[in-house]
Amino acid sequence: MEPETAPDDVAGIVLDQAGRLFSAHITPALLAACDGASGPAAWPAPLWEAIDESGLPLALVPEARGGIGLDATVAARLIRACGRAALPLPLPETIAGAALWAAAGGEAGAGALSLVPAAAGVRIAPSGDGFSLDGRAAGVPWGGGVSALLVEASGADGRCLVRLEAPGPATDTRHNLAGEPRDALDLAGRAVPADAVRPLPGWLAGAEGGAIETVGAWIRAEAMVGAMERALASSLDHATERQQFGRPLAKFQAIQHMLADAAGHLAAATAAADLAAAAWGGTRFPLAVAVAKSRCGEAAGRVAEICHQVHGAMGFTQEHGLHRATRRLWSWRDEFGPDVLWQERIGRAVCAGGGAALWPMLVRLRAGAG
Amino acid sequence: MHSFRFTAEPLPAEAEAAREAVRAFLAAELAAGGFVPHRTTWTTFDPDFSRRAGAAGFVGLTVPTEYGGHGRSGLVRYVVTEEMLAAGAPCGAHWIADRQSGPQILRHGTEAAKRAILPRICAGDCSFGIGMSEPGSGSDLAAVRTRAVRDGDGWVINGSKIWTTNAHRVDYLLALVRTGDPGPDRHGGLTQFIVDLAAPGVTVRPILDLSGHHEFNEVFFSDYRVSDAMMVGAEGAGWGLVTEELAFERSGPDRFLSDYRLLVETIDRIGPEPDRFQAAETGRLVAQLAALMGMSGSVARLLDRGIVPGVEAALVKDVGTGFEREVPEVARRLVPVEPSLNAQGEPYREALAHTTLRAPSFTLRGGTREVLRGVIARGLGLR
Repeated sequence: MEPETAPDDVAGIVLDQAGRLFSAHITPALLAACDGASGPAAWPAPLWEAIDESGLPLALVPEARGGIGLDATVAARLIRACGRAALPLPLPETIAGAALWAAAGGEAGAGALSLVPAAAGVRIAPSGDGFSLDGRAAGVPWGGGVSALLVEASGADGRCLVRLEAPGPATDTRHNLAGEPRDALDLAGRAVPADAVRPLPGWLAGAEGGAIETVGAWIRAEAMVGAMERALASSLDHATERQQFGRPLAKFQAIQHMLADAAGHLAAATAAADLAAAAWGGTRFPLAVAVAKSRCGEAAGRVAEICHQVHGAMGFTQEHGLHRATRRLWSWRDEFGPDVLWQERIGRAVCAGGGAALWPMLVRLRAGAG
Repeated sequence: MHSFRFTAEPLPAEAEAAREAVRAFLAAELAAGGFVPHRTTWTTFDPDFSRRAGAAGFVGLTVPTEYGGHGRSGLVRYVVTEEMLAAGAPCGAHWIADRQSGPQILRHGTEAAKRAILPRICAGDCSFGIGMSEPGSGSDLAAVRTRAVRDGDGWVINGSKIWTTNAHRVDYLLALVRTGDPGPDRHGGLTQFIVDLAAPGVTVRPILDLSGHHEFNEVFFSDYRVSDAMMVGAEGAGWGLVTEELAFERSGPDRFLSDYRLLVETIDRIGPEPDRFQAAETGRLVAQLAALMGMSGSVARLLDRGIVPGVEAALVKDVGTGFEREVPEVARRLVPVEPSLNAQGEPYREALAHTTLRAPSFTLRGGTREVLRGVIARGLGLR
């Protein structure tokens, strides 16, 4: 849940701006039009143009590289705001992708950017003055609508980052549980110039699962915090307004305890996501993301369950907006690696290190970037 | 909707700097056999350990030097505390005095009480218990009936307290008693006194816990005389003082590290090559613990700035003690061997046994889960 004041002026202005922009554009009708679960999903072009003009896509890119240069903890709040608003556009992907590309030494680009999940297994090989890709990207958020893709490709020299401009239309459009486009694109034979290929940033080179999966898991964790805030806020409103047996639901102790339980999960998930944001740019980032995706994913299931229970049958209708949050939670907890996969990674690292190494690891993790 | 006041800053350098010193102390303790980590927890009552910790400068850290303390910040104390807990150090003989009675006396006690008691607390040589619950009032503290009646220059107390941890071996209780009418909000008429358990008029009856250990007691006051100098805070101000300390009591690392050593033993028993189930469940617990450390550290920073985040503290305790309750239940599924109270040479089995028997208390002591959820619900605007 949002603190009332921003840590500094620029951050406050950016967050205010995003909030105003989202509330002006994101209506129930817009969300319905962008929901691929019940018809073709529209790309809300005016909303993207407004976002683009605001500079939000480059929020996390350093000023020296043409961005706003927000601290990652502030960018995290921006991504939470996207999740809270159920923003039907890949702004979190663009924010994180642009920052990752900048961290890899790439030049800032324009337009919406998406991330190709690690499972794609894209290959890269030299070809003429540049390189050539091989493989098929699947499950790419809004892959058919964006201006560029960030791909992690394997070549003879190991893994690298590729910024593929004008990726073209999707060969197959699928949707996650929230009706958000998750597209497939054929990358076989796609030529990329030499300056569109960069080595992985050092702090992500050792990330199990890859740099893009790690960054993707981070934005999903942050967005889950926002979606949980939305679901809980809706539940609190409903519990206060809805009368049963002659009194508001909020007055029933059973309801109070369910919502207190949900608030605990949200608070813990927020703290875990805070750890990840604070670790951005350092070698502890992959572990912090693993913690965040694990904890947020676990919380997402519990919070969605409790919030639906509190809303009763009303929350199970298309008309009620609760599903805008909960369907996203059910998808996001599995995207860029489900929580159980990240938990396994943590568990293997912890067991390999032995019991005595756990405490110093936890203390370092809380200490932030480094 | 209510906004929680968790923040995400790291602990300050001054606090982190204290970490190496306390780790060195604990390493020396372990090397000398000062305690056995899988058999002890922060509640284990070991006066010798407390004196050694006091002599090394790790008790009464926030107490000013003029009262024998160290004049350090609450965050230094936080770091020292979490290191002690993670090591499984037996802090029970100084815990209550260090965490709440000492700070209460410092803020609200008389000068005479401060001079007489604080230096001993800081030396790790003075132990306290909490006299709040009564046979007729457990979670409902406002129902306290033990009464103090003005008598000349002092007070005479009659009544009884129950679930009084360590009353048979501590020096003092900080007792909440009735000195007046409850008033319409039921919070009036309560006053805190320092009770000397060696003085006449107090008797202690043991209550054994479910595994036969003697930590609890019932304490009876029969015309127990106490002077004004031992009153803590103003007459009738007890409720405010008791609730003021709840944020400290509920948000600390003691609310999620009570069975940390079982987690360590489980990891070591699993070994370096866990199967998928073991890895995933271990990772899930570690992620929960990392989040709790973030939440708790965040509340500690707020407290250090003089903000009292009651709801956030209740969230730490509710989520934290839920985690503590889950650790043994998960451990027994990861390493399916029978727990044993005396499996020499198998610390995992011993730790599992002792933790399983202690676990019910985690979500009772210091405010039950149900009371905490009520506090959280009020913070959410539901009550």
